[in-house]
Amino acid sequence: MSAAVSPAGEASVAAGIDNPAARVLMQRHRFRWWEALPWIAAIVSYFAFPDYLGFGTDLLVTILFALSLDLALGYAGIITLGHAAFFGAGAYTVGMLASYNIWTEPITSLLLAALAAAAIGVLSGLVLLRTKGLTLLMLTLCTMALLEQAANMAHAYTGGFDGLPSLPIAPVFGVFEFNPLYADTQYLFALGVLLVCFLFVRTLVYSPFGQSLTGIRENVLRMHAIGSPVRRRLIVCYAISAALAGIAGGLWAQTNAYVNLSTLGLDRAATVLIVLILGGYGRLYGAFIGAVVYLALEHFLAQIYPTAWQLGLGLLLVLIALFARNGILGLGETLWRRYRAKRTAP
Amino acid sequence: MNFAADFAGILLGGLAAGTVLFIVSVGLSVTMGLMGFVNLAHGAFAMFGGYIVVLAMNRAHFGFAVALALGFIATAALSVVLERFLYRRLYRAGELDQVLFTIGLIFIFIASMTIVVGPESQTLQLPPALGGQLNLGFIQYRTYSIFLIVVGFAIALGIWLTFERTRIGGQIRATVDNRRMAESLGINVDRLFTITFAFGSGMAAIGGGLGAEFLGLDPQYPLKYLVYFLIVVSVGGLGSVIGVYYAALILGVLDFVLTLYLPKGGTIFIYVLTILILLARPQGLFGRKEL
Amino acid sequence: MSRRIIAVLAAAAATAIAAGGATSQARAQDVKIGLILPYTGPGAELSPQMDKSIDLYQKLNAAQIKPYKFTIIKRDSKAPNGAAAKVDAQELLTQQKVDVLAGWIYSPDAIASAPVVTAGKRLAVIMNAGTAFITNLSPYFVRTSFTLWQSSYVMGEQAAKYMHAKTAVVAYTDYPPGKDALDAFKYAFEHNGGKVIDAIPAGGPGATPDFTPFFQRAKDEHPDVLFVFVPAGDQATAVVKTYAALGMRAAGTKLIGTGDIVPDNKLQGMGDLAVGLITVHHYNADLDNPQNKAFIAAWKKAYGADATPDFTSVGAYDGMAAIVHALHATKGKIDDGAAAVKSLLGWKFASPQGPIEIDPQTRDIIMNEYLDEVVKGADGKLHEKVLKTFAAVKDQCKVLAIGPCAPKK
Repeated sequence: MSAAVSPAGEASVAAGIDNPAARVLMQRHRFRWWEALPWIAAIVSYFAFPDYLGFGTDLLVTILFALSLDLALGYAGIITLGHAAFFGAGAYTVGMLASYNIWTEPITSLLLAALAAAAIGVLSGLVLLRTKGLTLLMLTLCTMALLEQAANMAHAYTGGFDGLPSLPIAPVFGVFEFNPLYADTQYLFALGVLLVCFLFVRTLVYSPFGQSLTGIRENVLRMHAIGSPVRRRLIVCYAISAALAGIAGGLWAQTNAYVNLSTLGLDRAATVLIVLILGGYGRLYGAFIGAVVYLALEHFLAQIYPTAWQLGLGLLLVLIALFARNGILGLGETLWRRYRAKRTAP
Repeated sequence: MNFAADFAGILLGGLAAGTVLFIVSVGLSVTMGLMGFVNLAHGAFAMFGGYIVVLAMNRAHFGFAVALALGFIATAALSVVLERFLYRRLYRAGELDQVLFTIGLIFIFIASMTIVVGPESQTLQLPPALGGQLNLGFIQYRTYSIFLIVVGFAIALGIWLTFERTRIGGQIRATVDNRRMAESLGINVDRLFTITFAFGSGMAAIGGGLGAEFLGLDPQYPLKYLVYFLIVVSVGGLGSVIGVYYAALILGVLDFVLTLYLPKGGTIFIYVLTILILLARPQGLFGRKEL
Repeated sequence: MSRRIIAVLAAAAATAIAAGGATSQARAQDVKIGLILPYTGPGAELSPQMDKSIDLYQKLNAAQIKPYKFTIIKRDSKAPNGAAAKVDAQELLTQQKVDVLAGWIYSPDAIASAPVVTAGKRLAVIMNAGTAFITNLSPYFVRTSFTLWQSSYVMGEQAAKYMHAKTAVVAYTDYPPGKDALDAFKYAFEHNGGKVIDAIPAGGPGATPDFTPFFQRAKDEHPDVLFVFVPAGDQATAVVKTYAALGMRAAGTKLIGTGDIVPDNKLQGMGDLAVGLITVHHYNADLDNPQNKAFIAAWKKAYGADATPDFTSVGAYDGMAAIVHALHATKGKIDDGAAAVKSLLGWKFASPQGPIEIDPQTRDIIMNEYLDEVVKGADGKLHEKVLKTFAAVKDQCKVLAIGPCAPKK
């Protein structure tokens, strides 16, 4: 991530690119060795913690959801408390298709979920992204709440507060069935979906499009001044973020074989926002770290202190907010930089 | 049917509902407008104060007014401590870090209340004078609702007068407009922040106590009603007490009317209204338009 | 010499056999129960009543539980979206290897757990969740709590027959138990000559709404009765207060409802406003039967003179009784879920709420419903007076197989 010339830089010079900015951008694309760690950890967990795969699947779904939010919040600077609108849209798409036996194939269902969520993303983005700050926050929140109420009013189709139970989900690739008791297949399926989505987001973020998003986030006036189509970029970004959130929602519905109003609720939207800020936004891997820390604490602390785990969680959030700039990843970076400075100090 | 009575019934019902929201939210508008700090934990102060009020009345048998004063003082004191040691560190931080901090604070409040008092909701026992109905001539209406409307108006007037007519009010308005300029004029902004924050939290406590009759009181309070506080503040316009007052009353009356005639619409009305108002005027009804 | 050796060997052998036997008996005695309740989140104020009841059951019925010993593993189901409850059920079954699952306050939690319960093949006792169709979702579910159909149906009948009401307005919280209450009341009321002139969805189960506009609307329609269902707790107090505040009794409309609007642990806090309210429920703390008298006395002794159990406590109490019965009936092999469920079909029990039975067809509870009126006792406290008793009330939703209980096409 630093701009120093590295062996990769020499390779790009050899390839005939001597513009340092272009070199930096090209280097960002390359995978660093530590980027494989989360995935290795996920695979190892599959074998090491076979009893925790239900929790693990929930974790992977949350990571994907947080990742989708990172695209909108961390890279484009769209502060939203209504991202569960897309999560729920995806969940209900999958849920209603399955519950009424219209379509149960998991992978294509997720694509449909993405489409439905993206459509809502485009529509709401066109209307809402004119505003910013607290206004945008409240508008996204109210839009999501509106969707939740609409889903409740249509309870004849959506099942209302109790939702649509026991969704039939066809086996993945026609072979691997979802077992309600042992979440092995769900876990690997979720991991696969997360990997694909992550690679997509990573490519997007380091592409020129992604760079323009950072520009919009940092200095929107200048972006306008250089003629960048700001509004169009924002809406596209918002729609992609919505699509990914929709996939996460669809995944939740599939792995739980259930969908209900909570997928559209403020609780879910607020939790994913907290998860992302905790981990560190604008850094892709913040979603991973935030989700692991938050959900692990919530899950395991709750087992030891069923009534008081919220206290521990609250303390963690307060401490990170006070002492870490930009979440746990930010804290890690600060410490790493200090360590490197110490080492290279004369 | 008696049209005057019907109309009055709707107006009073809506105004009472709006007044409750106003009293709790006015502190949030001031802190967010003045300090630029996203204090989502505002509802936690309302809950804390409300608990003090209700417990003082139910267990220690204090009078209503005394209990409210106690709630104000206790919550203001707590907020001063928190502001000095915690909030102050985050004034320069980004909004998202402030969100993280205040949500963490909410969790701490909820868990603490659950452990210390218990998860059950607390019922406020109104003093008999405030119970029952009041005869207004053409209509009999719930005494407590009328009491709230009057008190709410008094509070709004009092705060407005303080802002417009007193020195400290002028200092606050100056700091909201341009903090650097205010500092360079010699205004002790730090002390002002503490005072304003204490006042805002104290007001939240009063709101929690007065509103307990309608909103109830249990450890989940800060999360249950957070959305409504934010709606009232954003529709009213940050930093504007008049704005919050009007927004709360307008939303209260409109929501009441729509719910009365279209109950199948459920709770969508307040969200629809907020969206429409914020799209038409993003800065809120009385907010300052950003450059 | 040899005789002594034989004696010692015999003694050693006898000790070894006794010790081995004791160990295996000790192993058979320990029964693990996985309890899934919301200890945090919106349901946090409901779980203590059930926890206390479960503790009290074990104290009062220690003799019945012998020679077994319960280990209760508690898990927080957190917010009522079902995900945490499902993971809890999974982990309790696969990691803790519990013998029985129990609990579930919110219906979405029970619904989400259903596939896990079926795959886990263990008895699952629903101690609260009241949406009617839940027991259809898994053959291992046995419910000891209630459904809204049971109380609302009887209330609808009695509103017409006993109270001679001709018109009614229904106000209900807009979620499945509320809709069940509406459907049941309407069915029974209209089949007995009444007419429901308006059905008002009154907010959601989370934050307590301002009931004023809903009740104002009802008041303007001048029904004989206003039937209300809200989740027991804060909302019940608000209902009673708003009814009084709007002067509806003077205007000629009586407030009736299921027992959820006058829950025992909130009743005293409502004060005089609650006097005269007529409700139907399967339990109230004033029920006059020997089991309830003992239950109440023990409760007050253990938790304070002002403490009182409520219908959620009874659901938990009966659930424990069911588990104990299944335990003995299967001779300790309660982890054989099918056998455990089978042993409960048609099971009868003298509960603090009166005689209960588990319906062999639906695995749901059959119990008494009581038509109650709130009265002020000589001790200055509020009490429920039983006006009529209805024995062996089944869940009519499943009996009539209508609405969500209808068989899927």
